[in-house]
Amino acid sequence: MIANEPAASAAASISTRNLNLWYGDFQALRDVSLDIKPGIVTALVGPSGCGKTTLLRCFNRINERYGNVTTTGQITIFGKNIYDPDVSLTQLRKTVGMVFQRPNPLPISIYENVLFGIRSHTRRGEYSRRERDAMVESALRNVRLWDEVKDRLRKKATQLTLEQQQKLCIARLLPLKPRVMLMDEPCSALDAEGIERIELLLQELRKTYTILIVTHNMAQARRASDECAFMLLGRIVEHDKTLNVFLNPREKETEMYVTGRYG
Amino acid sequence: MSLHLQREMEDLKKQLLSLCALVEEQVEMAVRALVEHDAELAAVVDRRDAEIDHREVEVEEECLKALALYQPVAIDLRFVVAALKMNNDLERIGDLAVNIARKAKTFARQGPVEIPFDLCGMWEKSRLMLRDSIDSLVNRDARLAHGVCVRDDEVDRMKHDIRRQAEQMMIAEPGKLPALLTLLAASRSLERIADHATNIAEDVIYMLEGRIIRHGAIE
Repeated sequence: MIANEPAASAAASISTRNLNLWYGDFQALRDVSLDIKPGIVTALVGPSGCGKTTLLRCFNRINERYGNVTTTGQITIFGKNIYDPDVSLTQLRKTVGMVFQRPNPLPISIYENVLFGIRSHTRRGEYSRRERDAMVESALRNVRLWDEVKDRLRKKATQLTLEQQQKLCIARLLPLKPRVMLMDEPCSALDAEGIERIELLLQELRKTYTILIVTHNMAQARRASDECAFMLLGRIVEHDKTLNVFLNPREKETEMYVTGRYG
Repeated sequence: MSLHLQREMEDLKKQLLSLCALVEEQVEMAVRALVEHDAELAAVVDRRDAEIDHREVEVEEECLKALALYQPVAIDLRFVVAALKMNNDLERIGDLAVNIARKAKTFARQGPVEIPFDLCGMWEKSRLMLRDSIDSLVNRDARLAHGVCVRDDEVDRMKHDIRRQAEQMMIAEPGKLPALLTLLAASRSLERIADHATNIAEDVIYMLEGRIIRHGAIE
């Protein structure tokens, strides 16, 4: 190991060391070494094409689905190298849940949406009806959706508003007891009030989960994250407390970007 | 969005500079009124203070506008915060110019007494500090700002020397006591002006380096 290279931090839930990623011969991530802490919201910010979504997608290994992807370096999640041969992708994606830009509820009932993940991870009949009901209620309560939908759980999820759909997509992860939530622009399809309520939800969820959110919206990064990592051309330029990044950034490039002078 | 903000910052900078020029002129005239026993000139300083107060309010409104409309971050945010605080310091220097001018009126009435110590030298030092503090803002020159902080001690020393000399003279020539007290008050005002220049320089250092160095935290 190189002397000045820090070892993966034990306090971090996600650690990367010298992570590089290529799509074909295009290098999208360059030497990314990053520690994401549990119990806080970390925002990945940076201009389009800087690699933030690519980085996010490394953490549950869905990048691999695109083919022609080469990855070098190390990613550990709760101390386990997720590229070890004994890692089960199914287990990884249970631990590391993901929420996408556009809410993507399945065209089935609200109730079945919440249980969809757990059903595909467990044997039929493993949970009793009562247990399933309790799981659905608990998940929907955790995302502040229960009171709004409790009387129409059998209705199709696609009939919900976009904000409700996005909350449902978050609720859908909870029965699997994930420890990390990856969110790729989770508010970009929502109106101002929907954004505010999702951000409030993040503040509650962060106590239990490691939350990593990709956002283009700098105001959102300021409001909703505790730490911020600024990326440029596939590299992490600066990773610090959000207050420092927006009040007193260490790097010139960060300053140029956050003050809107970059480009 | 950012272009609007940058234009706003440029305007704010110009407003601060012109306020600073006005304040400097006021102190300059007040000191001259004192040294030349010119009560008329002192009255002009007194009258013009309203203009400084007016401009102070304008700068403050400009800062609030930048914060409310553009939510500046990083260097822009630190600049607006520094501008708000400097604005305050400049207005206070304006008030001190009025204090000196009022002492100049009193001093003119107290009869033609030669000023036995180097008040002009003290003003010259304070004036340079004020200028450098504002130049350090405009040119984003942290070294210049640090220089201002260091020179504050020299002005403090000058004030102490003047006080010691004045005390000796008061004992030797009790008849000069009222005039000497007036001059001592003016020297206190000059020393306070240097303090405000130092405050401005400290705000510039905060703006440029993001470090708060007040209260002896300077390394």
